[in-house]
Amino acid sequence: MKIPYYPGCTLKTKAKDLEDSAIAAAKVLGVEMEELPQWNCCGTVYSLSTDDLIHQIGPIRNLIRAKEQGSDRLVTLCSMCYNTLKRANEFFLADEEKRDRINRYMDEEMDYAGDVTVVHLLEILRDEIGMDKVKAAVKKPLTGLKVSPYYGCMLLRPASIGIDDMERPTVMEDLLRALGAEVIDDPYKTECCGAYQTVNRKDVVVTCVHSILTSAQGNGAEVVALSCPLCDFNLDNRQKDIQQAYAGFHTMPVLYFTQLMAIAFDLDESVCRFELSSQDPRPLLKSKGLIA
Amino acid sequence: MSETFDKKALIVGGGVAGIQAALDIADGGYQVILVERTPSIGGHMVQLSEVFPTLDCPQCILTPKMVMCGQHPNIDIKAYCEVESVTGEVGNFTVRIRHKATYVDWDACTGCGQCEQKCPTKAPSEFNRELAFGPRKAIYSPFAQAVPNKRVIDADHCLKLTKDKCGICAKVCPTQAIRYDQKDWIEEIKVGAIIVATGYELYKKENLTEYASDPDVIDGLEFERILCPSGPTAGVIKRPSDGKEPLDVVFVQCAGSRDPDKHLPYCSRVCCMYCCKMAMLYKHAVPDGQAYIFYIDVRTDGKMYEEFYQRGVEEDRIVYLRGKVSKIFREGDKIIVFGMDTLTGKRVEVAADLVVLAMAMIPNPAGEKVKKILNLETDTFGFITEAHAKLHPVETGIDGVFVAGTAQAPKDIPETVAQAGGAASKVLSLFSGVEKGGKAALKEMAG
Ligand SMILES: Cc1cc2nc3c(=O)[nH]c(=O)nc-3n(C[C@H](O)[C@H](O)[C@H](O)COP(=O)(O)OP(=O)(O)OC[C@H]3O[C@@H](n4cnc5c(N)ncnc54)[C@H](O)[C@@H]3O)c2cc1C
Ligand code: SF4
Ligand code: SF4
Repeated sequence: MKIPYYPGCTLKTKAKDLEDSAIAAAKVLGVEMEELPQWNCCGTVYSLSTDDLIHQIGPIRNLIRAKEQGSDRLVTLCSMCYNTLKRANEFFLADEEKRDRINRYMDEEMDYAGDVTVVHLLEILRDEIGMDKVKAAVKKPLTGLKVSPYYGCMLLRPASIGIDDMERPTVMEDLLRALGAEVIDDPYKTECCGAYQTVNRKDVVVTCVHSILTSAQGNGAEVVALSCPLCDFNLDNRQKDIQQAYAGFHTMPVLYFTQLMAIAFDLDESVCRFELSSQDPRPLLKSKGLIA
Repeated sequence: MSETFDKKALIVGGGVAGIQAALDIADGGYQVILVERTPSIGGHMVQLSEVFPTLDCPQCILTPKMVMCGQHPNIDIKAYCEVESVTGEVGNFTVRIRHKATYVDWDACTGCGQCEQKCPTKAPSEFNRELAFGPRKAIYSPFAQAVPNKRVIDADHCLKLTKDKCGICAKVCPTQAIRYDQKDWIEEIKVGAIIVATGYELYKKENLTEYASDPDVIDGLEFERILCPSGPTAGVIKRPSDGKEPLDVVFVQCAGSRDPDKHLPYCSRVCCMYCCKMAMLYKHAVPDGQAYIFYIDVRTDGKMYEEFYQRGVEEDRIVYLRGKVSKIFREGDKIIVFGMDTLTGKRVEVAADLVVLAMAMIPNPAGEKVKKILNLETDTFGFITEAHAKLHPVETGIDGVFVAGTAQAPKDIPETVAQAGGAASKVLSLFSGVEKGGKAALKEMAG
């Protein structure tokens, strides 16, 4: 299955580990994610103001790029991009008059009808590939690895675009189980990581992430799995700041779900780009016999 | 319409609504058949600890009425029975009633309870909402003041019926009432009018996925049993997981109610009052404890209700927090409650020992079949639709079929009793109209 893929800025820089591992792991399952030949910023944060049409132009242009590839679907990896693109399309579809104005504003583009469905890779794994097939592709089951999934907000809220039950999602749990991992439930898995407060209110993020990680550890987790580069920055990088704020805090590795897929599929370790992690996951993975 | 008119009423459901309607019709001189699916009449009211706004004990105020039902020459209680089919029309309904096997000959059973005492098998008690504290035996009566005071054997748990072992109850029964080979049997009766009073159940906690399923996260009826002086803990406040006395108790109002997006849009109408009541009773039992109530708004729309609520706030120092609860989960020994105080705009976190969810009232699923058999119109949630929301509040779309109590909509006991009286008076005027004016009068009435 070939599907146009929208990476977004972070996946080309800080989150190269997400992109490389995702593309390689998806390929094992027969999903070829083909990067759009041309794309622009997703808009980063969905604009909540209803008359702020200009903010919808960025994401909508990306959907038009997918259309140009002859597709009515677009896959994303970053939760933030997923959220912004999907909601922009929803906004666009909801109101004919606004749709018309946005189309007229972009008179150099083809008229867009709102007919590109934005999907997240996790949805493809669950709804099209199926966890049984994922399980069948596993060569090195993550046996004994205690993983706590973390969803954050952007994959689940608002409910109209969420990929799963926003109160008690299970898609990552199902995936991790298919990979052979031991899933640890963390009640904080849908709590906010602090998001962009990380820029000027680091303390807010430190408090949020401290609760998330200590709760996961308290329940026995050794590693956290997630899908969003911003969550990843907060959960992984900010552990240095947490250590300063909370004496006795123990650090733990944080991985993208796609990196765990790559390990379980026994792909070349280079696609995981572990060197980009601030909390090095390699000692843990080695101790479990999952990497050399 | 055929020549005869059976001036007998069938009431389906023996909660306080059915009991009240039965007594009113019977006192008016007509015969009543009261069908109840559990082994005793009483409904949810006998499960309650004390009732607002007067804080009297329902066992004290309802059991006399239950006994009157049991002794009334015009009332025939058919407990552990269900309606199988109904045919005919007003004045001439033919009703088939299934007597479920009790494995006890009720004509012989004196209610001495020796069987229950000696029975070695325990099972969760429906009456105690299956709480860990209050199991029952495999041969049982749901509670001490049951009417009729007879025993039934639970075929799913009884050793004789599941494994052909034991047989103790048959040995100890002084009247040889035990019948392990009893089967369901069907009885056919004729009645002229029917009142449906099948009552309510609670929306299931499991529907609220954001709230942990945990032994210490319970619903309102479970806490009523724990608070009840004659309940399974003898009124000592304990939490289910470890029997510890809870010192911080959080109540969550509108759990499933007033949530059009994900659950039920309507207001269940009694939760504001019973949360206040239960918090009060809790404080009387555990003076050092703290009760918190999360609410959307507090609705105290009955006589003496606002005064009752003020007492809870001022005298019992219940902490009211205006906001919804987003998440409930266990952390070690505590149940963590994430909420919002919308009056201060601050997030609130309470580390509680016990959480009580005021789950929405829904129509009792056990009443579904009767409603289908009778072809009754319901709203989207299953509450029976009255013939006219204002002017025919107890009539249904079917001539001669009336509705009373929470089968029609969520309501408290005073309103249930008033509505039951209303339904009974409709039946009485139908019957006496036929008696005094004959068929012509009835035709006129029926329009
Ligand atoms: C936690 C809680 C606390 C409450 N506290 C108070 C309070 O303090 N004060 C107050 O005024 N109200 C209180 N209420 C409300 C009160 O419980 C109801 O108003 C009242 O019990 C309704 O009576 P009912 O007869 O309509 O229904 P129910 O009590 O539900 O009775 C219905 C009966 O019908 C039977 N039945 C169902 N289906 C069938 C069938 N197919 N065939 C035969 N029988 C059937 C059932 O077994 C049951 O016995 C409280 C409610 C809750 C949930
Ligand atoms: S011992 Fe016999 S008479 Fe006594 S309650 Fe049991 S069944 Fe009834
Ligand atoms: S035969 Fe069944 S009901 Fe009777 S005592 Fe034994 S287990 Fe209890």
